[in-house]
Amino acid sequence: MTRYSAWSILKNALKGNKDWTPAWRKPEPKSSYDVIIIGGGGHGLSTAFYLASQHGITNVAVIEKGYLGSGNIGRNTTIVRSNYRLTPNSQFYEKSMELWRELSHNLNYNVMFSPRGVLNLAHTPGQMDTYAERGNQMRLMGVKSELLDRDQVARLNPGLDVSGSARFPIEGGLLQPDAGNARHDAVAWGYARAADQLGVDILENTEVTGFLKEGDRIVGVETNRGEIRAAKTGVAVAGSTSRVMKLAGVEKLPIESTVLQAFVSESIKPIIPTVTTFGAGHLYVSQSDKGGLVFGGNIDYYNSYAQRGNLPVWEEVTSELVAMFPNFARLRLLRSWGGIMDMSMDGSPIITAGPLDGMYLNAGWCYGGFKATPASGWCFAHTIANDKPHALNKDFTLDRFKEGRMIDETGRGPTPWYH
Amino acid sequence: MSGFRLNLRDGLGRAVDHDSKINFTFDGKNYEGRKGDTLASALMANGVSIVARSFKYHRPRGIFSAGSEEPNALVTVHSGPRTEPNIRATELELYEGLEVKSQNRWPSVNLDLMAVNQLPGKAFSAGFYYKTFMGPSRPGHKATQFWWFCEQLIRRAAGLGKGASQADPDKYGRMNAFCDVLVVGAGPAGISAAERAASAGAKVILCDESAVAGGSLLSSPELLDGEPAFDWAEERLAELAEHENVTVLTRTTVQSMFDDNTYLAVERVADHIKRPAKHQVRQRAWNIRCKSAVIATGAIERPIVFAGNDRPGVMLADSARRYVVEFGVSPGKAVCVFTNNDTGWLAARDMAKNGVIVEAIVDVRKDVPDNIRAAGEESRAEIFLGAAITATNGFQSLSGAQISEFTETSGEVGRKLKKIGCDCIAVSGGWSPAFHLTSQQGEKPVWDAELQAFLPGGAISAWHGAGAMAGKFGLRHAFRSGEEAAVKALADAGLGEGDSDVPRIEGDEIDYAPAPVFEINSGGKAFVDLQHDVTSEDVRLAHREGFISVEHLKRYTTLGMATDQGKTSNMSGLAIMAEARGKPIPEVGTTRFRPPYTPTALGAIAGESYGHLASERLTPMHDWHVAEGANMYANGPWLRPESYNRSGESVEQAYIREAAAVRKGVGLVDVSTLGKIDVQGPDAAEFLNRIYSNGFAKLPVDKARYGLMLREDGMLFDDGTTWRLEENRYLMTTTTAGAGQVMDHLEYHRDVVWPDLKVALTSVSDEWAGVAVAGPKARNVLKGCVSDCGVSNEDLPFMGVQKANIAGIPVWIARLSFSGEMAYEVYCGAGWGQELWNVLMKAGKRFNITPYGLEALSTLRIEKGHVAGPELNGRTTPYDLGLGGMVSSKKNFVGATLLKRDAFHEEDRLQLVAIKSIDGQRIRGGSHLVKGNKDEPGRSEGNTTSTCFSPELECYISLAMLEGGAARYGEKIYATNPVRDCHVAVEVVSPHIVDPDGGRMHG
Amino acid sequence: MKRAVAPHLGTIKMRLTCPFCGERDHQEFTYRGDASAKRPAIENDSIEDHRAYVFDRANPDGDHRELWNHTSGCRMHVVVTRNTTTHKVTGCEPVGPWAKTMKARS
Repeated sequence: MTRYSAWSILKNALKGNKDWTPAWRKPEPKSSYDVIIIGGGGHGLSTAFYLASQHGITNVAVIEKGYLGSGNIGRNTTIVRSNYRLTPNSQFYEKSMELWRELSHNLNYNVMFSPRGVLNLAHTPGQMDTYAERGNQMRLMGVKSELLDRDQVARLNPGLDVSGSARFPIEGGLLQPDAGNARHDAVAWGYARAADQLGVDILENTEVTGFLKEGDRIVGVETNRGEIRAAKTGVAVAGSTSRVMKLAGVEKLPIESTVLQAFVSESIKPIIPTVTTFGAGHLYVSQSDKGGLVFGGNIDYYNSYAQRGNLPVWEEVTSELVAMFPNFARLRLLRSWGGIMDMSMDGSPIITAGPLDGMYLNAGWCYGGFKATPASGWCFAHTIANDKPHALNKDFTLDRFKEGRMIDETGRGPTPWYH
Repeated sequence: MSGFRLNLRDGLGRAVDHDSKINFTFDGKNYEGRKGDTLASALMANGVSIVARSFKYHRPRGIFSAGSEEPNALVTVHSGPRTEPNIRATELELYEGLEVKSQNRWPSVNLDLMAVNQLPGKAFSAGFYYKTFMGPSRPGHKATQFWWFCEQLIRRAAGLGKGASQADPDKYGRMNAFCDVLVVGAGPAGISAAERAASAGAKVILCDESAVAGGSLLSSPELLDGEPAFDWAEERLAELAEHENVTVLTRTTVQSMFDDNTYLAVERVADHIKRPAKHQVRQRAWNIRCKSAVIATGAIERPIVFAGNDRPGVMLADSARRYVVEFGVSPGKAVCVFTNNDTGWLAARDMAKNGVIVEAIVDVRKDVPDNIRAAGEESRAEIFLGAAITATNGFQSLSGAQISEFTETSGEVGRKLKKIGCDCIAVSGGWSPAFHLTSQQGEKPVWDAELQAFLPGGAISAWHGAGAMAGKFGLRHAFRSGEEAAVKALADAGLGEGDSDVPRIEGDEIDYAPAPVFEINSGGKAFVDLQHDVTSEDVRLAHREGFISVEHLKRYTTLGMATDQGKTSNMSGLAIMAEARGKPIPEVGTTRFRPPYTPTALGAIAGESYGHLASERLTPMHDWHVAEGANMYANGPWLRPESYNRSGESVEQAYIREAAAVRKGVGLVDVSTLGKIDVQGPDAAEFLNRIYSNGFAKLPVDKARYGLMLREDGMLFDDGTTWRLEENRYLMTTTTAGAGQVMDHLEYHRDVVWPDLKVALTSVSDEWAGVAVAGPKARNVLKGCVSDCGVSNEDLPFMGVQKANIAGIPVWIARLSFSGEMAYEVYCGAGWGQELWNVLMKAGKRFNITPYGLEALSTLRIEKGHVAGPELNGRTTPYDLGLGGMVSSKKNFVGATLLKRDAFHEEDRLQLVAIKSIDGQRIRGGSHLVKGNKDEPGRSEGNTTSTCFSPELECYISLAMLEGGAARYGEKIYATNPVRDCHVAVEVVSPHIVDPDGGRMHG
Repeated sequence: MKRAVAPHLGTIKMRLTCPFCGERDHQEFTYRGDASAKRPAIENDSIEDHRAYVFDRANPDGDHRELWNHTSGCRMHVVVTRNTTTHKVTGCEPVGPWAKTMKARS
């Protein structure tokens, strides 16, 4: 297997690029594995990579219904940040940041992690206080943060409407200077290639149609390519969590699936340097390396498994974007698409052993799954390998709803479509 | 390409005004065009061949098509705040004074130094970025830093045009439209569908993306009812436009199909003129809800991929024909047609007939039908069958083509036949139906082996395909399928069939099926995606590296992801991948088209909401506040006075003065924004008893009670006072921000949970204006103006509610106190709000009554330990806020059961306390509570929630949430605020700082 | 009560047909989620029953009965039956104290 480098590129170029080999194998499924991960998205692939690289468990299969990375890993707005308020979230996402910084190097694949800064705009003094509270939490957790006044914000993003006559005038903002974004597909491909090199079988176009049980214990899966047995079965299927878990007999979970639309404009020369969010609504925007503005806002507020949304969200998102950047009005929307979000009841994830014996569940990512990819895999692999959670995911249990230990960043309560 | 204007005469160049003269500039150089020209036809007429540069390699690019599928000819229009990048020259209508610049080049489009990007050659292939820039293998964050450095350079080289840096001065509009049948595309199929639907009495909207509707009829050589197609279309469209049931929208692209027959169309109202007239919108979004739709969006010609196919001068054959017929512009001095189907031959004939020199027709097929061969002969071109173009040459633009033998069945390239001189290759690789809209709904297309094309799949919602979009090529099929689709759409709308009116057609009848040849693989760079520089070798490299699913191909190579979204390139890429995989095309699949159909201005989608977002809510006393110099503060949708700053006063000085005035004398504050809900009915008491955590059933008439509302999960949701006005009638007040949510909450429980309770709920927030009068002199103020009711402690005790009259205004007065002082809230009909305010100001004048704003209001309640929004943050229980006494144990209510969960009763939960600055330093908002010093603050044990300077205590105080706080009064800790660079020593105290036993408000 | 609607209109809609107001854009409504989540009776004090009501969701792919409130219209709650994969709506029924009256009139 070729190690990627500038040198390998030159060497191959001289041979007309005829010698490149597949980035990952396309193996036939074996009849059994030590661990099966259902879901060949970012979280499933990173789990497999960390099982192999951190826990020495290499007899692993990742089972993906479609093509690798066909879910939310390839449909998001690529933001990577750890600017959270609540301790379980801030420490978990900061672990993710730590892994992001070294990810290209560790995977030998350029995931184009770009720490260009994430700026949250504030529009009232009260909101400035809320951001200060969050910024201070970040500082106390060892995360970089800066509270910016209006002038500093204007210098950072010259196109912003910082006038006092704006409907929601900008007061300032909270900056996480070393957060940013990354190239989403590359994350899936990089993890896949690295896991494959460590011996993980990635089984694309393999659909789980049922679970194998011995008594109450899950001992593998039925697929369209036959039965595959495993001592441990992990489920990391994001928006499809409820339907996959139903195959195992778990009828209800604290999760609802909704569609989140994302948008990209035509390519233009660099126009905004940071990831920027609007504080008087819900909108986040950054510019890709190709030059497209990548942005999104609220979910379409109804349960959905269709990877497409509706017009009201288009109108809301664009009106917020042009309110923020009135110079964007003549730029043009190129493409929009939808991903299925696994919205949990408190807006925070679930990474846990169970709910059945032999089974492990990774779900409830809401809008935030992309940035979590490394830490999610890291913690899920730990949980699977040791049959108990890592310190970083010990709070992300299913039982927290029963016990009253919700991790509710927004405070909106058990209305998943508001998280 | 060195195009030129042909000798305009009758029947040639119908789209342009032959006698007109329009001046425009391209890259600062003056040119002349005709009215009706697009920028593309005008540049072509002026012999300009290089108009743009490609995205990755910065290779020279010419005009490739004549419509919205254009991948190459992107330009920047206007300058300053109206700058608009990436405009397709093929759609841009020429007007006097148009200024256009080329883009993504330095220093000029003819000499672009960024073309050095090509030098690394094969090293800069698909996947290049993923395989390098991982950075040196050193500890720390080197890897990121190296990429970050490179990324800056890459970002600058990438991107196409430059966006404006100032606000767009133009306006956008929105039209909400309803119709029975929406017809998308006004070509032959669309016109016949619209006519048929209109004849049945349907309300019809007919949209066409071009300035002049008619589609293929504008250049069809056929005679319809004995007339040229152009004339026939013009007449029919004029009739349609006159029809009272029909709205014809030109320059209107239907961009997206949403659920339930909802469509977004965007009309370019003023893009064809220099700038919109006064009060005219630039573009208008049409939100169209129809009962059914006829999709007649035609088909897009696709090229054959061959070596050297990106040279300016290579273009689509039918587009070349259209430039000749519609605009009277020859795309070159010597044209070579390269085709795998019959339409290429007709293009050659039509061009030659109009004076264009067609040097050669090259067809990959060994044999063609007789009528096609005859058309070829008519064009006087040299004919090559079983042949292909295998290379091109030229410095930047095209100057010649190599023709070689080619075997269609094997794809084999044979011996060289001839090198011919030409400055235009018109290429046709067959036609792809434009079913983008219907694919947006996720309907899987189906493969038609005969047409070598995908056709739209089954419909989820009510639409019917017609014409080439549905695989019905040729005028006869187009007209017939248009009518058939209209009949089905009429049935959807519950209407009759209408009458047929199909014209008599005289003209060629040809077969549109192409030979299954997508690529001529003869070595050399052959481009699949012209804008993104994706070559056929890149596709094969993706295959070699395992990126074989269509989505992987697209994402790995960026094929089809440019501004044209692969309209002319997706099929070729798919076919090359299918060949590499040894599978038939339909097994490799097709990617789903995503909305919008063509790039759509963000301002147009935002429509009239552009820059506004949300309406502002103003209280009846708003103008008075503004006139008195109040800073207005956005509190949710409301604007409320923050403080009334006297000259020279800061906000802090103002609120301290205002709060002190309330404590020492009297003040008044506008509380009209509080949510107000009228709750009536025989079960109103029981209903409130279930909604609030404390009891309401036994509240006597004429009394108010402070109530706590919980979410079902036990968290505090909202609070406020509720007044029992009559036995079965209550007035509930809510927080300003919570008003809407509380109403929803109540209605949900009334409608869904307890429909058996007889309760009526009415939001009356906007019906009542409210003023709170607070302070030791409050009673004196009211005494001076209230009639019909006493205001003494006996007549109106604490929490009492009375009807009264103030200067003739009927009011409710409630003795409530948020400030901790003696206070009254006075409510009147909203229309009387200002009048009431004036009377109270006047009555208070001799007591020096002081209007106070939100900051002072907040200060007063912080001193008193009353909770508000910052404490009701959705993560606090009544116990956390010291309100456990308000949780009834005698009844069940919303949230009662889950409030009993163990975690809510742990001692180290965050609990409400107050903190006082020990040394006079300011405690700033957003501080955390820690034990350590500034440099090593340690762990966060809590945070401040509401902070102020207390005029009563003359120091900075704050409400705060602290772990186990209720047991920590007297402890000295720090309020740290690193982002605001402060660290203040504070003492934890009870939140009830001022008048803890409530003597003042009861007094 | 009968309303004259074309045959498919009640069925293929993310425009919801409010039984009180007629066919409207879905953005006039506020989504309130799974209609099968039934609150335990007011006397019921079981944490487990309340937990299930508040947190457990079937979240089906396919037909979903769900509550919408016509907040920008009549403010009535309606139970919509909608396919979560195709967004096809096949039912829109009134709930609340008025449901009985509506049924009686129809």
